[in-house]
Amino acid sequence: MRRDAFLTVTGSFGAGLALAVAGCAPRRTATVPDYQPSPEPSVTFAPNAWVHLRTDGTALVMLNKSEMGQGVYTGLPMLVAEELDLPWERIRVEMAPAEERYADPVFKDMTTGGSTSLAVMYPLLRGAGAAARAMLVAAAAKRWGVPAAECTTKDGAVHHAASNRTLSYGDLAVEAGTMPVPKQVALKEPGRFFLIGTSPKRLDVEAKSRGTAQYGIDVSVPGMVFANVLKAPTFGGTVASVDDGAARQVAGVLDVVKISSGVAVVASNTWAAMQGRDKLGVTWHDGPNAHINTPQLFADAEKAARTSGVVAGKHGDVDRAAGRTLEAVYKGPFLAHAAMEPMNATADVRADACEVWAPTQVQTRSKTAAMKITGLPAEKVNVHTTFMGGGFGRRLDEDYVVDAVEISKAVKKPVKVTWRREDDIKNDFYRPMSVNVVRAKLAGNKITAWEHRVASPSIVKRWLPPMFKNGVDFAAVDQVTPEAYAFANARTTYADFDPGVPVGFMRAPGANWNTFVTESFVDELAHAAGQDPLAFRLALLSPKATRERAALEQVAKAANWGHPRTPGAAHGIALTNWGGSIAALVAEVSVKGKDIVVHRATVAADCGVVVHPDIVVAQLQGAIMYGIAMAMTAKITLTNGRIDQSNFYDYTVLRMANAPAVDVHVIKSTEKPTGVGELGTPPIAPAIANAVFKLTGKRVRQLPFSDGLA
Amino acid sequence: MKSLTINGVAHDVDAPDEMPLLWVIRDMVGLTGTKFGCGVRQCGACTVHLDGEAVRSCTTSVAQAAGKKVTTIEGLAGDGNHPVQRAWIEQAVPQCGYCQSGQIMSAAALLSKTPKPGDPEIDAAMSGNICRCGCYVRIKSAIKRAAELA
Repeated sequence: MRRDAFLTVTGSFGAGLALAVAGCAPRRTATVPDYQPSPEPSVTFAPNAWVHLRTDGTALVMLNKSEMGQGVYTGLPMLVAEELDLPWERIRVEMAPAEERYADPVFKDMTTGGSTSLAVMYPLLRGAGAAARAMLVAAAAKRWGVPAAECTTKDGAVHHAASNRTLSYGDLAVEAGTMPVPKQVALKEPGRFFLIGTSPKRLDVEAKSRGTAQYGIDVSVPGMVFANVLKAPTFGGTVASVDDGAARQVAGVLDVVKISSGVAVVASNTWAAMQGRDKLGVTWHDGPNAHINTPQLFADAEKAARTSGVVAGKHGDVDRAAGRTLEAVYKGPFLAHAAMEPMNATADVRADACEVWAPTQVQTRSKTAAMKITGLPAEKVNVHTTFMGGGFGRRLDEDYVVDAVEISKAVKKPVKVTWRREDDIKNDFYRPMSVNVVRAKLAGNKITAWEHRVASPSIVKRWLPPMFKNGVDFAAVDQVTPEAYAFANARTTYADFDPGVPVGFMRAPGANWNTFVTESFVDELAHAAGQDPLAFRLALLSPKATRERAALEQVAKAANWGHPRTPGAAHGIALTNWGGSIAALVAEVSVKGKDIVVHRATVAADCGVVVHPDIVVAQLQGAIMYGIAMAMTAKITLTNGRIDQSNFYDYTVLRMANAPAVDVHVIKSTEKPTGVGELGTPPIAPAIANAVFKLTGKRVRQLPFSDGLA
Repeated sequence: MKSLTINGVAHDVDAPDEMPLLWVIRDMVGLTGTKFGCGVRQCGACTVHLDGEAVRSCTTSVAQAAGKKVTTIEGLAGDGNHPVQRAWIEQAVPQCGYCQSGQIMSAAALLSKTPKPGDPEIDAAMSGNICRCGCYVRIKSAIKRAAELA
């Protein structure tokens, strides 16, 4: 067997599948030795961009989604292995280069976000695996002179039962490459799955337990120098003057360069760069945003919510509905993502090419930014995706890539730029603040009208302008009027309140705040109606909301609703829909003075077909913890346009001692798979607030709880 | 020149006394398993062992480490199969994984002193290590599993 055989197969298929697979020849990008070990170079045939079969019987899956902990590095290759009937141990993975053929069919570029990876790639990668399998079968059938229909596949081999013959994929790989790429492939019936629905070993678990996983911050390129950037203290601030004399005296400092985001100090190691940065004398033009103060923002936003805003959705007539009116105002702060790996990127800008290594959720945007800065065409700019030390939406922006490319261009060397934690907290694209005025009319036990008026800065207007339509940010109003509830009359308004603070997507954007408001206010209405909050919700559900009903019923049973295990504790409940997945959550909570103790979170989740059950459990566990961190003490505030918080001592997040137990119940479903990476975040804060109300009679309408319960 | 012993190997590094051990390990010695998270002893991502004690390498100067045995995640067990690492793999603890070197080093130091820790001991020893993915349920469970494997 020729191990160096390399046969190019082109073609495409798609009929019978929702999505076509681009069938281009594999073009392996060079990897830097220290960055990521390249798999064995024995690629033998590649029926499409996604899967390469090798003569050693392994398959390399090209991954177009970034791994930030959510499990795509395992879950997506499982789809290929399933249709290929290949044992899990023979799957290898490599991050795909930022090229058009790896574009997400919905986003139309390489982007990882919105809990969409598995849902979108499910048919596509299964089809890719099935196409490879069909070509292997065709090769075996040809060699044996038997009809392909008589051949079966199992454990990485083709069998012919009638003649009791078997050929391994490795033995067939070269011939398979000469077979026509099928125009159509049949996917397995779910009853025949051997891998989907099981929890094979995560492909990144060993490297991540041994310190060998390569994150962006670990990238090492020959001749590389290290940089740190002093950024403007205000948003939109610019450099007025630079005195870099003292900085240049610091041992190890090599250069000081002005870039668009501030002043970069380049040195022979990261620490020297940081020391140099501290010695910079920079004066700033503050720009237009130097007078932002958080208390004023909340006052202005409430006014905007009450008096302005466009109608984002309505049915019926809330004004004419009968019943007594209840109103509440909810206020949520800006939040920072605070991913564990500080923002960083490495770039090597040369006259004729540019290489970028980045822990990024947006390869295409990163590449476009590098092309713009360098003036190089697409084929001369390569973006290499590393593991990410957390994303949570922060890395949907590419500002740290811009830093690296600009600095490398200026100093003409490969540069790794690493932000300090303080830079990360003070230069985020923040979860938007929001003021929500909610009103409902209650007639007996029935909600006859629901009005939700939102004022918050728009992410979509900046990040995806074509989707900012008629003055409405669809993310900002997500879940403000939950479809699961049968409100006879409802109206949602949105006021684009833009104080000049950069905002971005954060785990379950929109819903991570709006679900707090809606599920708290529904609870207020339940108590106003004298109803049990669970029974009230079940009665309120629309007849179509069968999955929500099942989730509520299952979580109530699992948590033994109304009967907390801990003496003196109370239960609170909340329901959410995120990206088509559903979660109902019961929190078991105690209040001691002003301290809230969350003992346990019980969640019932429906995310359609479950590919890797243990990853689903892990994502729900983690997303709930993230939601607790967002709600308990975290807030970003501004004084005179400057972010008040700096690091984990004043932007406090969840630690182990305050982490609750989590019981996850995944509902069996044959619905198409939907996202699970963000699903657990929205329902935890309202569930806690609802338990706090039961315990204290105090309704928390402002987060974090450390402020709202004060 | 400072002489450091990291994972049993002597390294001579040209670093000023006050340079944090973290950056010597990462940028000079080239061992990148030890992570930068906060720089101010708040998150624990940079945890290493100094003569067997868990310390935050971001605020430990190279001068403080000279003459002592420094152990990083890469040297915790020669084969990468320390009981804590085996438990981490078995229970699929990491998500993004970035904090896990520090978590594992803190957990290994805990178990070396308290072989069968209960929840209060685990909370006390591990609350200096932040995990933004929120893997706390599994970290706690895996520490108990590692205690069985040890």
